[in-house]
Amino acid sequence: MSTQRRFTQLRFLTAFFRYAFSGSKQYYLWLGFLMAFIPPLLWGAHQQFTLGMTVTGLSDQVSWGIYIANFVFLVGVAAAAVTILFPAYVYQHKALKKVAVLGEILAITAVCMCMLFILFHMGRPDRLWHMLPAIGIFNFPSAMLTWDTLVLIIYFLLNLSAAYYYLYTKYRGAELNKRFYLPLVFVSIFWALTIHTVTAFLLNTLPARPMWHHSVLPIRFIATAFVAGPALMIIVFLIIRNKTRLWIENEAIDLLSTIVVACLGLSLFLMLSEIVTELYHPTEHSEGLRYLMFGHQGFNDLVPWFWASLLSMLAGWLALMFTGIRKNYRLLHVICLVVFIAIWIEKGLGLIIPASVPSPIGEYSHYSPSLVEVVNCLGSWALGLFMLTVLTKGAAGVITGEIQCENGAPKQEHSHA
Amino acid sequence: MEKIPLKEIEENDAHQGRACCPASLSRRQLIKHSAKISTASLFGAAALLVGCDEMAAQVSWAEHFQKAYRVMSDAEIAEAINRLEARYSSHYEKQVAVDSSKAQPGVLFGAALNIQKCIGCRRCVKACTVENNQSRAEGEEIEWIRVLKTDSPPASHDSSEHYYRAEEVPEQNTEYMPISCMQCENPPCVKVCPVQATYREDDGIVVVDYNWCIGCRMCIQACPYWARRFNWREPTLASEDMNPSTHYLGNRPRMKGVVEKCTFCIQRVRKGRYPACVEACPVGARKFGNLLDKDSEVRKVLASKRVFRLKEELNTEPKFFYFVD
Repeated sequence: MSTQRRFTQLRFLTAFFRYAFSGSKQYYLWLGFLMAFIPPLLWGAHQQFTLGMTVTGLSDQVSWGIYIANFVFLVGVAAAAVTILFPAYVYQHKALKKVAVLGEILAITAVCMCMLFILFHMGRPDRLWHMLPAIGIFNFPSAMLTWDTLVLIIYFLLNLSAAYYYLYTKYRGAELNKRFYLPLVFVSIFWALTIHTVTAFLLNTLPARPMWHHSVLPIRFIATAFVAGPALMIIVFLIIRNKTRLWIENEAIDLLSTIVVACLGLSLFLMLSEIVTELYHPTEHSEGLRYLMFGHQGFNDLVPWFWASLLSMLAGWLALMFTGIRKNYRLLHVICLVVFIAIWIEKGLGLIIPASVPSPIGEYSHYSPSLVEVVNCLGSWALGLFMLTVLTKGAAGVITGEIQCENGAPKQEHSHA
Repeated sequence: MEKIPLKEIEENDAHQGRACCPASLSRRQLIKHSAKISTASLFGAAALLVGCDEMAAQVSWAEHFQKAYRVMSDAEIAEAINRLEARYSSHYEKQVAVDSSKAQPGVLFGAALNIQKCIGCRRCVKACTVENNQSRAEGEEIEWIRVLKTDSPPASHDSSEHYYRAEEVPEQNTEYMPISCMQCENPPCVKVCPVQATYREDDGIVVVDYNWCIGCRMCIQACPYWARRFNWREPTLASEDMNPSTHYLGNRPRMKGVVEKCTFCIQRVRKGRYPACVEACPVGARKFGNLLDKDSEVRKVLASKRVFRLKEELNTEPKFFYFVD
């Protein structure tokens, strides 16, 4: 019996990936384009792992840089799967429920990318096993990093099992066992909030870094995550319905764009609150923010990025307020991309660097990512997008029924490909 | 091993008959034997080389998979120390000692600095690096002490200079503020370390287990005094610059990818000596001692001078005190 099931699972996986890796010339071009970033990534990784972190732009003054920036941003993207799962399973939103598994796939991919960025961030990735309970020391519950590790791994497993179970059941044409599946989904909805909250706690529990040390940070994280995540999903949905046989209803996209506009408004409001609080009567605690917004005696690296990000967020927010623009599916993905990048700046470099400039004892310094950091980041993003593309393609095949188990006769699915 | 073929030659000779002396070996036999000998010696050399590699590999294997220092048994500590002493001694071509002496009961180390006296000469900075084996890579020297120069009276709160150059110190209307690890009683860096690689010893010194640190730099973010440094590259330390009197938790040579910081010169103070910076200070601005001993220098300062600590409002409870006369 169990061998039989294992065979079916194997057949499912084969069919899934066979389908996922087959497509039009354009599809292969896209995958090839992404793979082109891998050789530079390998070079960068080799440089960094042999010569040390000295090949990055980091220093004792700015010791956290673009790797952590990407990590923080991507934890948000992972958490944002909830903007699909919540309406789908709590409000029974039909259009989203049909494609809810894509949200889980987004979460899985984003967590994998997070782990990749952490690997690049670590000075001694070879010693990661020191964190394993039993053979190493896991400083739990004292260290916030151990909390973050735990919640991220559990979130990953929750989404992986939910998505796999869902797709596998669909493949077999069987009914979902709701008593197994729904608890998984509801726990992962709750868990999505924990991952981003704990990541915020990681930063805002440090009195040494006034830029982070305030209680608005966690909610700001959630708000900006619920902009970037759905914005990315809208782009993915629009591509899916243009390029595959899976039609994603307008309602699904409209709900996501409504979430984007609401959370973007909230993000801007929280940003404004912070700016007013810090700058009405500036103290030593405001120096990071002032450096970010206006620069300091020639240390102006982030100023253009900040204003570009703020203006893009404002413009995107204003544009998306109009139903006409929100429902213009030829324009929507452009706005979503702009907003996505704006949040990446705001929550990435714009959040991580000013915590270190000035340093806790008042030293201003420059940081810009080195070539190695840039190729490693681009490569990691390319790998992530590759994974997202392939998994999404396969999942779309399962949802449309193109990948399906023929009962009794174990027919190979490549005939569909 | 190399002797075997020689024996074989003799045996072969014996087989050939007594009458045949070694000199009369046929040319063919000679070639055959010498081939055997050279092959065997090659194998022997290879075996020796492999043995060497194996030893190095075993050391590196053992170092990679050793436990955290604080959970090692005494025997494991002794083993780790032996390994390190052998490796350092051969690498730096001198006898290197790695101390593992523990905190003494009734001792809590503290330091004090008279900012009125400090002349900003940065001899403490220099003495610290000489004592503590920091990496001296060109342009990337690691220094545990940073001396800030501020105008007196200060022009604004962020006007301190980190990289001042002066022909002569002290300069007019200037104040100096050396900053290094405050050895907090409530250290934020220790709290955040995911693997407890940095921790507070019983005599109050906050240390780093260099072999356990995973290089996440969370502690660097958590430190309000910017007291921690990271080995961005494999440290550069010439044999002649290397101080061979080290402590496991202190100034033993570090490796790339780990964090380090001031340890009050743990290798010195646990043996009753002063930290290097205290010894080097030409104006006697630095004081050091046991905070639990009311006759110690540092307690006298606390009792008789006007004392403050940096960023007291952060509740870190530094054991590094600044004072004025």
